[in-house]
Amino acid sequence: MQTINWALARKRPILEQRARILQEIRAFFIARGYLEVETPQRLPGNAPETYIEPIASEGWFLQTSPELCLKRLLAAGYPQLFQISHCWRQGERGSRHLPEYTMLEWYRAGVDYHHLMTECEELLRHLAPAGTLQWQGRRLDLSPPWDRLTVQEAFLRWGETTVAAALAKDRFDELLAVQIEPHLGWPKPTFLCEYPASLAALARRKPDDPEVAERFELYLAGMELANAFSELTDSGEQRQRFEQEERQRRSAGKPPYPMPESFLQELASMPPAAGIALGIDRLVMLLTGATTIDEVVAFTPEIL
Amino acid sequence: MYSCADLKKGLKVMIDGEPHVIAQFDFTKPGKGQALYKCKLRNMITGSLFDRTYRSGETFEPASLEDRDMQFLYKDESGYVFMDQKSYEQVHLDEETLGDDRFFLKDNMEVDILMFNDRGIGITLPNFVNLKVIQSDPWVKGDTAAGNNKPAVLETGYALQVPSFVEEGDLIQVDTRTGQYVTRVKE
Repeated sequence: MQTINWALARKRPILEQRARILQEIRAFFIARGYLEVETPQRLPGNAPETYIEPIASEGWFLQTSPELCLKRLLAAGYPQLFQISHCWRQGERGSRHLPEYTMLEWYRAGVDYHHLMTECEELLRHLAPAGTLQWQGRRLDLSPPWDRLTVQEAFLRWGETTVAAALAKDRFDELLAVQIEPHLGWPKPTFLCEYPASLAALARRKPDDPEVAERFELYLAGMELANAFSELTDSGEQRQRFEQEERQRRSAGKPPYPMPESFLQELASMPPAAGIALGIDRLVMLLTGATTIDEVVAFTPEIL
Repeated sequence: MYSCADLKKGLKVMIDGEPHVIAQFDFTKPGKGQALYKCKLRNMITGSLFDRTYRSGETFEPASLEDRDMQFLYKDESGYVFMDQKSYEQVHLDEETLGDDRFFLKDNMEVDILMFNDRGIGITLPNFVNLKVIQSDPWVKGDTAAGNNKPAVLETGYALQVPSFVEEGDLIQVDTRTGQYVTRVKE
């Protein structure tokens, strides 16, 4: 007797919604003059980052993000770019994590991260025209402007200690995830901004406060949805930051990682720009009411 | 030793010198930050439940628990007394540790006792046990409809719902995992 895989079959309504969401995202960016590009998913190296572990592939690596190629395109004179592509990160599996997931990245020359905040508000308005969402029994209000909160303010409000103390004790991520994130993005989305510069290897320092970087994370309903920077365009400083990340990787016993030389060379001609990476799977979760990331993809690694 | 990558629901690990079982588990990670392993843990001795978050690089000692075949001897003021039939060693379990399982114990019944540091901290019963009904309303003649239930009390003091045709003095089979009536048994 032939049997149908019911677990797959019953995902139809969400998979149909997912397909519509992807079409609407493309329509949104194309209408704004963004060029959709496809960059290689297998690379000699990604940006060295202490806590992002790539998956090796015949001596190269699967991309953890398309950002280096997209910035090389910016440097070559393409001012507005977007890409929807799969990214791979070793060992990341949880109710909101898949080791292979779908990322939307967009970059724009001549603007800083404040412009991206506005664009996030507009993108969500385009995808949810009613201006509200129901998620996990709570109502989300998407009407602009969304909340803007600095990392420092968030730690003062909800953390058991200050940002400086959390960094000194190497507990920044733990306190952020356990004590702060659950409060972010209710009832309006929150831009958590001004990260310590040491935690933003590819972001520009804030000119009037060089201790922090022009970086924000977008939270909806306690869930991290996107990460954005005013991009660092100083090639020398970028090399130093990569070397610092690489030292941290090696002292943590992680495999050595090649320096992305072509990127560093071409970064010198990149205009001031801002860029953002947004997790499509989590966005689909929010728009469809799904509780886990498993519900919004046809296949999880476990059923392959 | 277990690493964070081994953590999952149901895993039994030693924490602060006591055995714990992972009741809930999730992996999380700020996009650019450290991997975090969020656990809801149950202390297997005290039963207390609490949250703890671990980071990559931490290791866990497996909980040194063993199941031992034992026989139920009797109940006294100190609790319920079991004996290892090979070593004749005796182990006491209190009412709180046994929970509803205490209602399904019969003299000389063979059970598995979960041991930690020579202490009994849990019990696994046979899936089915036969017990006598000591109290139930009489069968109303003509009530033959399937699915009609009535309350009954068993020889161990356990109260449950039984079909209307079961009478006082009958022996019935109970599923110890659900605590529910299975069938009437002929002696």
